[in-house]
Amino acid sequence: MIKAILIFNNHGKPRLSKFYEHYSEDTEQQIIRETFHLVSKRDENVCNFLEGGMLIGGSDYKLIYRHYATLYFVFCVDSSESELGILDLIQVFVETLDKCFENVCELDLIFHVDKVHNILAEMVMGGMVLETNMNEIITQVDAQNKMEKSEVNLTLPVLFMFECMT
Amino acid sequence: MALKIVKGSIDRMFDKNLQDLVRGIRNHKEDEAKYISTCIDEIKQELKQDNIAVKANAVCKLTYLQMLGYDVSWAAFNIVEVMSSSKFTYKRIGYLAASQCFHESTDVIMLTTNQIRKDLSSPNQYDTGVALTGLSCFVTPDLARDLANDIMTLMSHTKPYIRKKAVLIMYKVFLKYPESLRPAFPRLKEKLEDPDPGVQSAAVNVICELARRNPKNYLSLAPLFFKLMTSSTNNWVLIKIIKLFGALTPLEPRLGKKLIEPLTNLIHSTSAMSLLYECVNTVIAVLISLSSGMPNHSASIQLCVQKLRILIEDSDQNLKYLGLLAMSKILKTHPKSVQSHKDLILQCLDDKDESIRLRALDLLYGMVSKKNLMEIVKKLMLHVDKAEGTTYRDELLTKIIDICSQSNYQYITNFEWYISILVELTRLEGTRHGHLIASQMLDVAIRVKAIRVFAVAQMATLLDNAHLLTGNMQRKGICEVLYAAAWICGEFSEHLENPMQTLEAMLRPKVATLPGHIQAVYVQNAAKLFATVLKSQEGNTESTAAQETSQLMIDRLPLFVQSANLEVQERASCILQLVKYIQKLQQKDVEVSEEVSALFAGELNPVAPKAQKKVPVPEGLDLDAWINEPPSESESEDEQPKAIFAKEEPKHSRPRHTEVDEKELARRREARKQEQANNPFYIKASPSSQKVYQEGPGVEHIPVVQIDLSVPLKVPGLPMSDQYVKLEEERRQKERAEKKKKEKKKRKEKRSGRGKKHDSGPESEEDITPAHMVDIVTEEMPENALPSDDDEKDPNDPHKALDIDLDNLVETAKRRPLADSEKLPVRSHRAAEAPKSPTEDGDAESAALQEPKKKSSKEKREKKKDKERDRKKSKEEKKKKKHKHEEKEEDLLGGQADEPAVQSEETSEVAAPPTSTSAEEAATVAAEEAAPVPEAASGTAPDSEPDEPKDTEMEESKSSKHKKKKQKKEKEEKEKKKKKKHHHHHHHSDGGGGEESVQNGTVEDEEPLPPMSNYCLLAENSYIKMVNDIQGNLQDGSQVVVSVIFENKCESFLKSMEFNVLDSLNSKLQRPEGSGPHDGLTVPFQLPPGVSNEARFVFTVQSIVMPQKLKGTLTFIVKNEDSSTHEKLDFKLHFTCTSYLITTPCYSDAFAKLLESGDLKGSSVRLEGVNMPFHHLLARICFHHHFSVVERIDSCASMYSRSIQGHHVCLLVKTSGQTVSIDAKCDEPTLLGNVLDEIKQTFSQC
Repeated sequence: MIKAILIFNNHGKPRLSKFYEHYSEDTEQQIIRETFHLVSKRDENVCNFLEGGMLIGGSDYKLIYRHYATLYFVFCVDSSESELGILDLIQVFVETLDKCFENVCELDLIFHVDKVHNILAEMVMGGMVLETNMNEIITQVDAQNKMEKSEVNLTLPVLFMFECMT
Repeated sequence: MALKIVKGSIDRMFDKNLQDLVRGIRNHKEDEAKYISTCIDEIKQELKQDNIAVKANAVCKLTYLQMLGYDVSWAAFNIVEVMSSSKFTYKRIGYLAASQCFHESTDVIMLTTNQIRKDLSSPNQYDTGVALTGLSCFVTPDLARDLANDIMTLMSHTKPYIRKKAVLIMYKVFLKYPESLRPAFPRLKEKLEDPDPGVQSAAVNVICELARRNPKNYLSLAPLFFKLMTSSTNNWVLIKIIKLFGALTPLEPRLGKKLIEPLTNLIHSTSAMSLLYECVNTVIAVLISLSSGMPNHSASIQLCVQKLRILIEDSDQNLKYLGLLAMSKILKTHPKSVQSHKDLILQCLDDKDESIRLRALDLLYGMVSKKNLMEIVKKLMLHVDKAEGTTYRDELLTKIIDICSQSNYQYITNFEWYISILVELTRLEGTRHGHLIASQMLDVAIRVKAIRVFAVAQMATLLDNAHLLTGNMQRKGICEVLYAAAWICGEFSEHLENPMQTLEAMLRPKVATLPGHIQAVYVQNAAKLFATVLKSQEGNTESTAAQETSQLMIDRLPLFVQSANLEVQERASCILQLVKYIQKLQQKDVEVSEEVSALFAGELNPVAPKAQKKVPVPEGLDLDAWINEPPSESESEDEQPKAIFAKEEPKHSRPRHTEVDEKELARRREARKQEQANNPFYIKASPSSQKVYQEGPGVEHIPVVQIDLSVPLKVPGLPMSDQYVKLEEERRQKERAEKKKKEKKKRKEKRSGRGKKHDSGPESEEDITPAHMVDIVTEEMPENALPSDDDEKDPNDPHKALDIDLDNLVETAKRRPLADSEKLPVRSHRAAEAPKSPTEDGDAESAALQEPKKKSSKEKREKKKDKERDRKKSKEEKKKKKHKHEEKEEDLLGGQADEPAVQSEETSEVAAPPTSTSAEEAATVAAEEAAPVPEAASGTAPDSEPDEPKDTEMEESKSSKHKKKKQKKEKEEKEKKKKKKHHHHHHHSDGGGGEESVQNGTVEDEEPLPPMSNYCLLAENSYIKMVNDIQGNLQDGSQVVVSVIFENKCESFLKSMEFNVLDSLNSKLQRPEGSGPHDGLTVPFQLPPGVSNEARFVFTVQSIVMPQKLKGTLTFIVKNEDSSTHEKLDFKLHFTCTSYLITTPCYSDAFAKLLESGDLKGSSVRLEGVNMPFHHLLARICFHHHFSVVERIDSCASMYSRSIQGHHVCLLVKTSGQTVSIDAKCDEPTLLGNVLDEIKQTFSQC
């Protein structure tokens, strides 16, 4: 099981936080800070697994992270997940973001956190991995975005009409 | 209207959207909080508008703010509004917000049930998908219960997209609502072979999660998984399956053997490192589970180790890390194969990556030997010095101690070295492990007698230089060491070179700054030292010196008397007065040293950490039993703990386990631990219990900042451990040389010997002799300690509830009296119908939910009820866990209800409380054991769920009836009845919620039932009265349990009671093995005047169709102050047919089927002149004749019961006026006739 997925930048600013277990807002912030503290002080060429972190997890849990440019992607998982598998999953996640946002950068995540959530929801559900196939994920995300757009198109003319009336 | 919409949309154009909000926050870096608070105000305005688009936009922004740490729970209702929008765009926003901030205690969640149900059945797959995703994050037990059926339907949806989500979410549903696992499992299993790989993967995922917690229930799936493993190409699925096998193999070695080959193939063939790694891991698990020694397995081990070595040598740090991780698993069972890679592992200790160093440290544990321990520890000590960051250093510290202390200090050859290592470790700053070092010092000093002289000297130096340890607040953790130092110096003060100096050091004013528990030890041990000093000084005939010492004590102790710490204060004032008295004596020239040292005489032996736990519970003592009356159900939860101590409660009570008692126990345990921690005489070794040591206010919360001291902190006058390494080397060399000499001599002597064979090769383990003859005192254990050695699982683990035997799905269903379809048993509290099988119930439930509007208003009313039920449920679940072993053994319908009765039978037969006062106590205990707690009874495994509550109730009410005062008894009886009703309520909510009208033939608002008792007089004389009750034993169709209450009616003491029965062909008293057929059974207690107690006797019966009577005798001794006489009392034990019946609930449809089947023969009886309300009549039949009401309509009711040998007995009871007619059917006519006669008799008596 995945307990939490966090994305924050090099300064520890959260860009996405998804907890699959309930914590209070304060605890969540503390966890983000602690995780950032643990992850950020690690060198570039050390392994991507990390034990410890008092708040989240315990002995059965691990932090698995990847560092891309200005962003850290951190997954907190228990022993039922394969470490290397999760690393691959992070890679898939980032590649999917890259496809969906066309050359993703931190700004995309900053302004479209809802979209990131929607993409993530197609990969991980309730702490369990739902889909690992990038094409499948993109197909579903696109289909939903299309639906959203069609709804906007439906509403706009009506709005416009009313606006003209006034 | 139009204008409003237009206005809304125009507003919307001016509203900030998420992007604007983010931008705004970025532009207001200085006053971010202020800016956000204005934004929140805006959002609040937006949420007040009717336009759903505006609301959705606001909710979207709130979701972002939630991520930044703002509490947005106040908008929960608006989120629900947005969730229920018909547009996907908004719906998605709503569900996202809900998934981010809803949790179990969000109260609006219960408003969402119908919305979610609607979305789940939406024609648009993405509506369904979004709802599933959202639900997976905030599912509550209620939602799980209400939606389980809908989700199960989705598992067979046409779209794989929905199927895979539905399958995955089932795991969450199982967790929240364990009852759903059994019915859903077949379909889940089906999905393992779904054509869509995504669905398949999801199913594998869910089953792996389930199996990880309770692997044994999933063993039967192994062949299916095996097939999948050999056919699947999806690495993700393969990894999951292989991980699952890793969990299964320890339970089934044969599986392991089968796995080795395909796994080895995979290892050789796969290019995916992740898969390779998991294969290796599972092979290791297999090898661990197999007993080693088989030749082909050593090849596998070699393969694994070899592959792991490749991983460890890889430049990729991740692989290196994982390689070490897997290596440590092999280490446990195959240390030899790992030890050959010692070089590699030691190399990893120098890695720049902390995670890798930590893993390497783990491995070191298994690599040490007598030979290399010092060398390895030396290396680690170097790392300690270099280590930056406290976490890693603390880890090193614990590892050093772990390595050295492992298996009873097996590898330590020189304890002086070890003590100096420990002393060196005290130089660490800011470590959290001061207590760990302290406990090691204590342990070594106590257990290795030879080292005490050295240890005491070291500790004295430490005490002398205490200022170095306490000098700065950063080092607070380490001052724990002083605790050990003070204690060692005090306890073994006879070894001190200069006790006076140490005493002086211990009484320095600075000591008052230490934590209280350490000061307490100081004070106490100062007194010990004082005794030693006095002894030596009085021997010197220098009375002035002795008096000076006393004066020193008297001068310094007042400092401690003022301490805020109670312990310190108490000890200090006590000792101060003592010393003052001693001084007085000294002034009179009285020799006191002998007396003073007698205060501290005697050796303290170490006690094993588990010793307390292993003290066997004396038979007949139930630690979980209530001593006083538990609080009644109606009282509020918070009052309960208080009530535990309420003395005015009636003594005999309905025993009941509640969660409070667990909590309370935990609390007491904690308190006890605390107490032990502060007690220097209580020696602990396990680090977990040591933690308590450090309970000083908020030590953990003080941020540990590393300070850079250029001058290394060195305690002057302490030897360095290094010199011991050298010394040890020299010593060993010398020894070796000597040995060689000796051997040479030997060889010379045995010249005929075969020459070269004795050549001393490289030094082997055994060659190294310890420097000291150490006598490691083993820890004391209580006599006849139980050998059990297990750490129980966390009782709060939610996964325990999912421990359900899934293989016997079909079998158990067959054994039930009713057909059980695959549908979920829905715990409903809304529909009010007669209880039916779960099948129909599910429909009823969904039908009831068709009217959503009404429901939501109802919802509120029911919320309270709901909560109560939930609370009970959680209790129930706890109990369930507790009684798990019973569930497992249970193989008959509802069998477990009787088990406790049998247990208590055994206990009361063996327990013979020696004193008169304890006799009564034992009675309570016996009663409590005999009466299974209601929660326990209903909290059984789902497979037996509907079957047993009533006979438990009967059990309970009966066994707790031996009260001294009848009135009290009856009052309680009434109460019990009420509770009973209450209980059934909640139990049958599983079955359909109809219980309100019919259960037990009583309706809530009808008049209360008269008190009832099943105990009837057996025999009576002027000394003793016996009443008895007979119960069938469901577990054994040939057994009945006779409970007899003996009441002492006279003023004398009754003892040596012996109960004997003349066996008939059909019925026999069960006697302990080895006793003859005519021997009596000793009643396991004595009776003081006026006391009553209950004993149980088991009888075996062959035929149960006829009632019968057995003659018996009770012999006993009446003991007066001056005389004792033998007395006897004859009795006739009457086994009625009723006593062979066991209350078994039955659903109305199953009942109908039973009647339709035509196997039953009928009979009927008419009762005239019955003058009691119908529900009383029913209750009487239920109570006295062990029936349960199936259905009641006005003045007509159907009832059901079963005999211990499985005969069905069905009754149809009708009343009109004072006439009651009973039509009955049973598969055994004789039995039926007798039962009816007995019923008739019951009513003729009243």
